[in-house]
Amino acid sequence: MPSDHFIEFRNVSFAYGERPILKNISLTIPRGKLVAIMGGSGSGKTTMLRLISGQIRPSAGQVLVDGRDVAGMSHAELFEHRRRMGMLFQFGALFTDLSVEDNVAFPIREHTRLPDSMIHDLVIMKLAAVGLRGTQALMPAELSGGMARRVALARAIALDPQLMLYDEPFTGLDPISLGVIAHLIKKLNDALGTTSIMVTHDVHKSLDIVDYVYFVSNGEIVADGTPQDIRSSPSPWVHQFMWGEADGPVHFAYPASTSLQQDLGLKGNQHD
Amino acid sequence: MTELLLSPLRRLGHSTINAIWRLGFITRFLLAILRYSGQSLLRFNLTIREIYFAGVMSVIIVVVSGLFVGMVLGLQGYNTLSRFGSADALGALVALSLLRELGPVLAALLFSSRAGSAMTAEIGLMKATEQLDAMSVMAVNPIARVVAPRFWAGVISMPILAAMFNVMGIFGGYLIGVVMIGLDSGTFWSQMQNNVDLHYDVVNGLIKSLCFGIAVTLIAVFEGYDATPTAAGVSAATTRTVVTSALVILAVDFVLTAFMF
Amino acid sequence: MKRSTIDLWVGLFVAIGIAAVVFLSLKVANLTPQSADQTYTLYADFDNIGGLKVKAPIKEAGVVVGRVAAIQLDTKTYRARVTLNLEKQYTFSRDASAEILTAGLLGEQYIGLLQGGDPDELKPGEHITLTSSALVLEQLIGKFMTSFTGSNNKSSASGAQ
Ligand SMILES: Nc1ncnc2c1ncn2[C@@H]1O[C@H](COP(=O)(O)OP(=O)(O)OP(=O)(O)O)[C@@H](O)[C@H]1O
Ligand SMILES: [Mg+2]
Repeated sequence: MPSDHFIEFRNVSFAYGERPILKNISLTIPRGKLVAIMGGSGSGKTTMLRLISGQIRPSAGQVLVDGRDVAGMSHAELFEHRRRMGMLFQFGALFTDLSVEDNVAFPIREHTRLPDSMIHDLVIMKLAAVGLRGTQALMPAELSGGMARRVALARAIALDPQLMLYDEPFTGLDPISLGVIAHLIKKLNDALGTTSIMVTHDVHKSLDIVDYVYFVSNGEIVADGTPQDIRSSPSPWVHQFMWGEADGPVHFAYPASTSLQQDLGLKGNQHD
Repeated sequence: MTELLLSPLRRLGHSTINAIWRLGFITRFLLAILRYSGQSLLRFNLTIREIYFAGVMSVIIVVVSGLFVGMVLGLQGYNTLSRFGSADALGALVALSLLRELGPVLAALLFSSRAGSAMTAEIGLMKATEQLDAMSVMAVNPIARVVAPRFWAGVISMPILAAMFNVMGIFGGYLIGVVMIGLDSGTFWSQMQNNVDLHYDVVNGLIKSLCFGIAVTLIAVFEGYDATPTAAGVSAATTRTVVTSALVILAVDFVLTAFMF
Repeated sequence: MKRSTIDLWVGLFVAIGIAAVVFLSLKVANLTPQSADQTYTLYADFDNIGGLKVKAPIKEAGVVVGRVAAIQLDTKTYRARVTLNLEKQYTFSRDASAEILTAGLLGEQYIGLLQGGDPDELKPGEHITLTSSALVLEQLIGKFMTSFTGSNNKSSASGAQ
């Protein structure tokens, strides 16, 4: 049944200018599932989330959300789609001129007509969920990196969205908050039936909570499967990623067009 | 050799096309602001907040500069007028130069470097730190929520600041002419009143400052919105705001003066 | 709360701004709210008004008693019809005269009124009949020159005879 696939990428390609970032990607994410996208830095994970939120359009192929092509949506439809979606940005993107409380209240104030007292209570509840009750009056500049990301998470879930996009929710968190946030993401997914897509580098923690994993490398999906599949996968990609090895099919270094010697001004033939 | 000749030409063509492209873009941007202004006018406290940052915070610099400009006008005007035996006309001279030219133009220049640059930097940084992206992903239009309130705040604040500048300037001229030099206070005011026309001078001056307010604020918010989202990009955009505003103020002033007086 | 102090400052800002505009209109541009019931209108026809402008002062014995409201050309007589707005407290007799004068050598032009002796007063809407036109410098010089050369010619002609 196609409607069970809440998100579907059909042969999606994307390029920034001349540089191809995603190459002919197809994947499906079932309704109500929690799916992780993993891959090296610069492999195009954030780009995939931006395609889903409609911030950018694919150069080929289609991104379908609930059966509708995001690129083909009208202005009003796109806003309707976004109103039912929450997104945690990789760097938080808190509004620096608003206090923590106003940040979390922002989507509620913009999209509902709730009375102030009720908004206040909602904000307290969301902040309590991320363990930051009591920080309402602080400004974003007064928060640590990890705290800012948790406030951003509280803001993203403020309207209990149907679709959550997490861009690296675990970065910069201590092990305890990491456990709490992972649990929160799982709970949100189970309790509200939210379809969630999580971009993450934290392989071991996320394998405990997600339903399915896609591995992306160089703009292509190189492996996918349930956590059990992944743990027992023979794929060298997965193995390298799980154990953090420098050697393997994934190259740690950016594909430079010149050699290190050339960049350092040493001519190869001088060593003759 | 031909390359040497052609490359400046090519660069000229390039920057001309670029300028026209930006002009088209800024026009579309203005239309978008007008189209999404409903929210900033309905939820007026968004605009009030920006009037505070753009207008109220510029009062000190505008008032102090106005006073000094008026005092300089008083001194210079007295020196020149007394040579022709018409020092009595000092009040008229001070008031007319302020109302017609100096008030609107100088207040707009001060406003662009005090408030315009701050707007550019603020919006540019919001863009660089993905705050504008975050907003639009939350289904909130950044033009409606961030740009339009700032635009209207600037348009509203500019004539008010120019009027304050004028009053302080006239007061400065009065201080020099009447209090310091000792011209007759009655002559000072009656000369002013006989020569200043409400429609020609006061209203036209206000219309001028309204036009400057639109131009300066539009440039400021546009440069911020269009900034390259990096530290260097934001700082370059801030500089462009001040430089472009100054040129546009003087050019618009010339055109308006030619039409009005 | 923080918001309300911002509101207060902005309110103050706008209030001072409006006060500044009012000051500029009333005190600097002298838009004294002259409603129609404080002034009345008289007319005066001149052969030549020179550089007289609308809003120019009307003076009696050097005191401003009103302002020029409008200047038109009467297409029947081809004379300039000047509408005078005078303050109600000042009334003038039927044989009062109006004259266009110049403040200083090159200053602006104004209308000087001279009260007459007739006990009857001019009523609103009536005409001041005794008028004398502006002195136009070019005409003055021109007249002087022609009379000068004319008398020269005569004297030389009589000398030849
Ligand atoms: N605005 C942009 N303009 C041009 N190139 C870009 C832009 N944004 C990203 N890229 C390029 O696209 C590629 C993929 O970027 P993306 O942000 O999707 O990576 P990522 O997988 O999220 O990496 P990370 O794990 O480091 O966040 C990168 O190589 C980057 O250089
Ligand atoms: Mg990323």
